[in-house]
Amino acid sequence: MTTLMTTLTNTPEPRGAVRAAAAIATRRGADGRTVLATLRSDPPLTLRQTGATRVHLVSTGAGPLGGDRLHLDLDVAPGTTLDVRSVAATLVLPGPDGETSRTSIEARVGAGATLRFTPEPTVLAAGCSHHLVVRLSLAEDASVLWREEIVFGRHGERPGRCHARFDATRGGRPLLRQEFVVGDPEIDGSPAVYGDARCVGSVFTTASLHGRGDGWAALPLAAGGTLVSALARDAVELRRRLSVVET
Amino acid sequence: MNASMNAALLLLTDSRLPAGGHAHSGGAEEAVRTGAVTGPDDLARLLRGRLATAGRVAAALAAAACAHALTTNDDWRELDAEADARTASPAQRDASRTQGRLLVRSARRIWPSSALDALTTALPGGAHHPVALGAVAAAAGCTPSDAALAAAYQAVTGPATAAVRLLGLDPVTVHRLLADLAPELDAMARTPATADWADLPAHAAPALDLLAEGHVHNPLKLFVS
Amino acid sequence: MGAAHDDQHEAPGPHGRALRLGIGGPVGSGKTALVAALCRTLGPSMRLGVVTNDIYTTEDADFLRRAGVLDPERILAVQTGCCPHTAIRDDIAANVDAVETLEERFGPLDLVIVESGGDNLTATFSRGLADKQIFVLDVSGGDKVPRKGGPGVTGADLLVVNKTDLAPLVGADLTVMSRDAGAVRNGKPVLFTSIRQDQGAHAVAEWVAGVTDSWRHDHPHDHAHEHA
Repeated sequence: MTTLMTTLTNTPEPRGAVRAAAAIATRRGADGRTVLATLRSDPPLTLRQTGATRVHLVSTGAGPLGGDRLHLDLDVAPGTTLDVRSVAATLVLPGPDGETSRTSIEARVGAGATLRFTPEPTVLAAGCSHHLVVRLSLAEDASVLWREEIVFGRHGERPGRCHARFDATRGGRPLLRQEFVVGDPEIDGSPAVYGDARCVGSVFTTASLHGRGDGWAALPLAAGGTLVSALARDAVELRRRLSVVET
Repeated sequence: MNASMNAALLLLTDSRLPAGGHAHSGGAEEAVRTGAVTGPDDLARLLRGRLATAGRVAAALAAAACAHALTTNDDWRELDAEADARTASPAQRDASRTQGRLLVRSARRIWPSSALDALTTALPGGAHHPVALGAVAAAAGCTPSDAALAAAYQAVTGPATAAVRLLGLDPVTVHRLLADLAPELDAMARTPATADWADLPAHAAPALDLLAEGHVHNPLKLFVS
Repeated sequence: MGAAHDDQHEAPGPHGRALRLGIGGPVGSGKTALVAALCRTLGPSMRLGVVTNDIYTTEDADFLRRAGVLDPERILAVQTGCCPHTAIRDDIAANVDAVETLEERFGPLDLVIVESGGDNLTATFSRGLADKQIFVLDVSGGDKVPRKGGPGVTGADLLVVNKTDLAPLVGADLTVMSRDAGAVRNGKPVLFTSIRQDQGAHAVAEWVAGVTDSWRHDHPHDHAHEHA
């Protein structure tokens, strides 16, 4: 978690709202191996290829800040593999006018393709207002592991507001639809919602898993696949609880 | 649209409607067992959080089911699949389908309707409870707003009653907690209808999911869920 | 029952289905022991199913499964959310569901026994759930219990007074119990038994066999419907 702590103690430079759209697309090479056909950065969404099929998101500049509109498009062609990570946590900050920042991620995973999306956590700084939308469309036999971690404020900080929506479909049929809303202390602290946790996270995977432990459970979904759901006091504990499936 | 106050809605939400609801605590039993709920204050937070998440989703699904029953009345599996996708916990899916099955069985004798016949044919093992509740609401003569209100109301009254029994709480105090939620309940009934089922709310309640899974493994339980 | 999901506007008629026998009574009176005894005695000649209504967990169902008196799959447990009487009287939906599940899985059956969770003297079965009901008392509650009546004692089709072997130890006068029960029950039958001594509860089993035969005679299987 060194990278996380370093990032979060830096004070961001003030700047105006930005719009950015980055994209990654794979294609199947002549030898059957995955080729990164498209790798389009658009600051502050900067992409770096760090392995044959691995890409790291490198944030150049703080944010998202209120008013930003960021979009990431992932197209994993049939029979190919893509592994997306990030070098540091995303710190969501308020903008000058209290506007909402919006991040959307659209991912299509083709037949026999594999996508692994495991970025570092999203940290909701005080006063932020963030909207995150993920749409994940899978072909029938696509494989996916998708991690989402939300941290309610930096150390000792009351979080701003966040609304995250995740929709995964396979062949057009719904696999998982879930929304996390953070920012109303009365709801966040409910023993039905997050209780005394300071982070919420989940891993959606097409693999079949089951099991549960302190603060986590692997929930086999009705239409196949599994949601590992976890609550924790801090990001380290959250990652440990979600990591049961990542080996 | 406002909920139209009518006798059918009262009958539908009456805890005496014989549909098996009395044996479900909606996570309250496990919350009591684990110490997450020990008294009226915790219970109030549980109910408020439950309403904002599971209650909101149930209300939207029930309204959609009611509207559907009043119009085309096929594709019940498609709407039920939307409920499945919003219920990650297998324990909650089981409890929801059981309650849906029991409700429809009783309702078909109380309010016979082609919608309930079609629902039963499409999903013989039981539709998800909010879907069943919406279809039953239509059969009883209620509007989609009524159905949403009924679903939201039952999302909090079941756990509240269970907590009274489990903790020996003052039932007047607990009814006061429910009365405090009336504005939120009314707001749920006013939620605008969504044309596309895929866009219906999907608010997760991770703690409820963990409670539901824990409950299944508790060897000494009084409630089904 | 079976495949006809589209003709259930009315309650499924009694024709072609098993007799549903409710067994109720206070905690510890010997309901589960009686169910086991009936399975032991009637199992060889009847197609049986059992639904238990446990207060906590599935202890009664587990006891019956361990007793080996019936195929474990023919025993279903219903949870009652702290209110055993609600589940057999006011909101019978979960119990009806369990009974119908047994009939769908293993039917046709001759007899489905629904054992209530141990409750008080006012708890009786809804007629929507049980066609006949037995109320089980034991002598250790005192010989005044029948005189005090209550819906279970007065209304049940059969009153069983169990643990007669303990009568001398607890000072219960069986003749008083018999006389009082007769007075409040308008001549409906009362049987005294000690299931500890008679593990087949033969007198009770004989009564159950009799009412099951009458039921079968009055509500024959409708084969035309069944195979439609």
